[in-house]
Amino acid sequence: MSAATTTSTSTTPRPASMTRTLVLDDVTKAFPTGTVALEGVSLSVVAGEFVSVVGPSGCGKSTLLRLASGLDDASGGEVEVNATSTSYVFQEPTLLEWRSALRNVELVGELRGVPKLERRRRAREALDLVGLSGFEKQHPRQLSGGMRMRVSIARALVAEPDLALFDEPFGALDEITRLRMQTELQSLFALKSFAGLFITHSVSEAVYLSTRVVVMSGRPGRVVADIPVPWAYPRTPELRYEPEFGALVGEVSAALGEHS
Amino acid sequence: MSTAAVNQPAAHPENGTAPQEATVTSTSAPTATSTSTPTEMPTATPTETPTATAQPAGPAPGARSGRTGARRLAGAATKVGPLLAAVAGIVAVWYVVTYLVLSPERRFLLPPLHQVLGSTLGNPLVMGPMLDALWQTVGVALCGLAIAVVIGVGYAVVMVQSGWAERILYPYAVILQTIPILALTPLIGIWMGYGFSARIVVCVIIALFPMIANTLFGLQSASPAAHDLFTLNRATRAQRLLKLQFPAALPSIFTGLRNAAGLSVIGAIVGDFFFQQGSPGIGGLLRTYTLRLNMDALFMAIILTALFGVAMFSVFAALDRAVIGRWYGRGAA
Repeated sequence: MSAATTTSTSTTPRPASMTRTLVLDDVTKAFPTGTVALEGVSLSVVAGEFVSVVGPSGCGKSTLLRLASGLDDASGGEVEVNATSTSYVFQEPTLLEWRSALRNVELVGELRGVPKLERRRRAREALDLVGLSGFEKQHPRQLSGGMRMRVSIARALVAEPDLALFDEPFGALDEITRLRMQTELQSLFALKSFAGLFITHSVSEAVYLSTRVVVMSGRPGRVVADIPVPWAYPRTPELRYEPEFGALVGEVSAALGEHS
Repeated sequence: MSTAAVNQPAAHPENGTAPQEATVTSTSAPTATSTSTPTEMPTATPTETPTATAQPAGPAPGARSGRTGARRLAGAATKVGPLLAAVAGIVAVWYVVTYLVLSPERRFLLPPLHQVLGSTLGNPLVMGPMLDALWQTVGVALCGLAIAVVIGVGYAVVMVQSGWAERILYPYAVILQTIPILALTPLIGIWMGYGFSARIVVCVIIALFPMIANTLFGLQSASPAAHDLFTLNRATRAQRLLKLQFPAALPSIFTGLRNAAGLSVIGAIVGDFFFQQGSPGIGGLLRTYTLRLNMDALFMAIILTALFGVAMFSVFAALDRAVIGRWYGRGAA
């Protein structure tokens, strides 16, 4: 891949075109049981932005993602998506166990009617991109947890998404794998110009990955802070140990602490 | 590995991949693959992978296949061993009852095994009709099983299409299962006559439920997230069925098949037993031998049906293992 050459030069933030890929306007979500998961949430993500949402558990973060993806409908307010292709990375890798890694990535093309040779070529490229060339024929049971999540990310990238939604994808991984996946994801983001919305309960993960961190309150979920993150991509793993990084993590944590 | 990681936790928790990890290059293919391979591979996989890939043009295919052949033989021995031990145990109990429990004048109730084999195996007048009958029953069982599989899978596929379809259709399957087959069998005879087709119907009724129940369970086993994935990619109903639900159901379908195979043998014999028109099945002979108190032939017929049942079960159990193992990738547990 030409990944290395393209990205190593892009040390400045890309000019964010003003297309608002995802717009949530005063969105409310109440369930038939009476639980109000989200109340008056407004949030937009433009192309080239990677927005993380942090909040206490049960604050409706995942509900937010389901609304953005169209899997669920809002009870009030507007959800607007301007994307020709949306990808969704689940909490679990959600791979089909009877398919090899390659065929799992190919699935998206199969469902969308992409011709076989074309979708196979793209699937190989996507696996290559997440560092899994050579593992095309392995089945999910033969892969480690981190590798399974990489296949899942490859499956999201293969659709060339304008909007990529992530529902705490690294939550179940061990710390070492998790940090490595974060490093890889932000460099993939630097490479591909999608709008990203990333749900997590890890503040440092949110700060490390994102151009902006949105803090939500406990149920019913509301946006209580919107904190920009200044650093250019690609970001080094060492960034996590810089004082400025710590300060920003502290700021987000404080916002989280006030409202949970 | 872990100690090395602890030694330099601050800068490079990833360990070993350190120089590359600092830059984007690490995610481009060659370096990332080569560095992450040894740490990420599950221990079982490295030995499996070369075997799988090298097989077509391996340097020493003969030696390799010879080794796996020997291992396979050893594996078969550990599987067959307990079975042989069980057979030996049954034979032992048999002889104990014949010679130690039964008094000589009552010994005809359970003739010793060697007498059963001796008076039947060498006598074509007994074995000829018995093997013909067994063959007939095998035909009924296989035919009934095939029909039960087609109907069972089809019924479950229809049920899984919607919640109300399942609510309406499932009770029929349960009722079919709960009616004692012995109550239903005479009626089937009256309706359908006492020939081949009536026997097959009895066989299907007995074998059907495990096919329906297991297939339905399997079709519903795909995770909600997997369904979301299909929904998000705007999968059609057919795509969802063929690419998600049906493949996910395959292991359960094989479980159902294994159970249905055993039951189809019972169904065929019950059918034989009740419906005596046309050439007799082994179940028909069981009845005849019982009425004539022909104990040697009766025991031989019982042995044959038992062997038939075990064979059916074993064949489908082996098929199950072979297909499912392949399905989830070579070397998967």
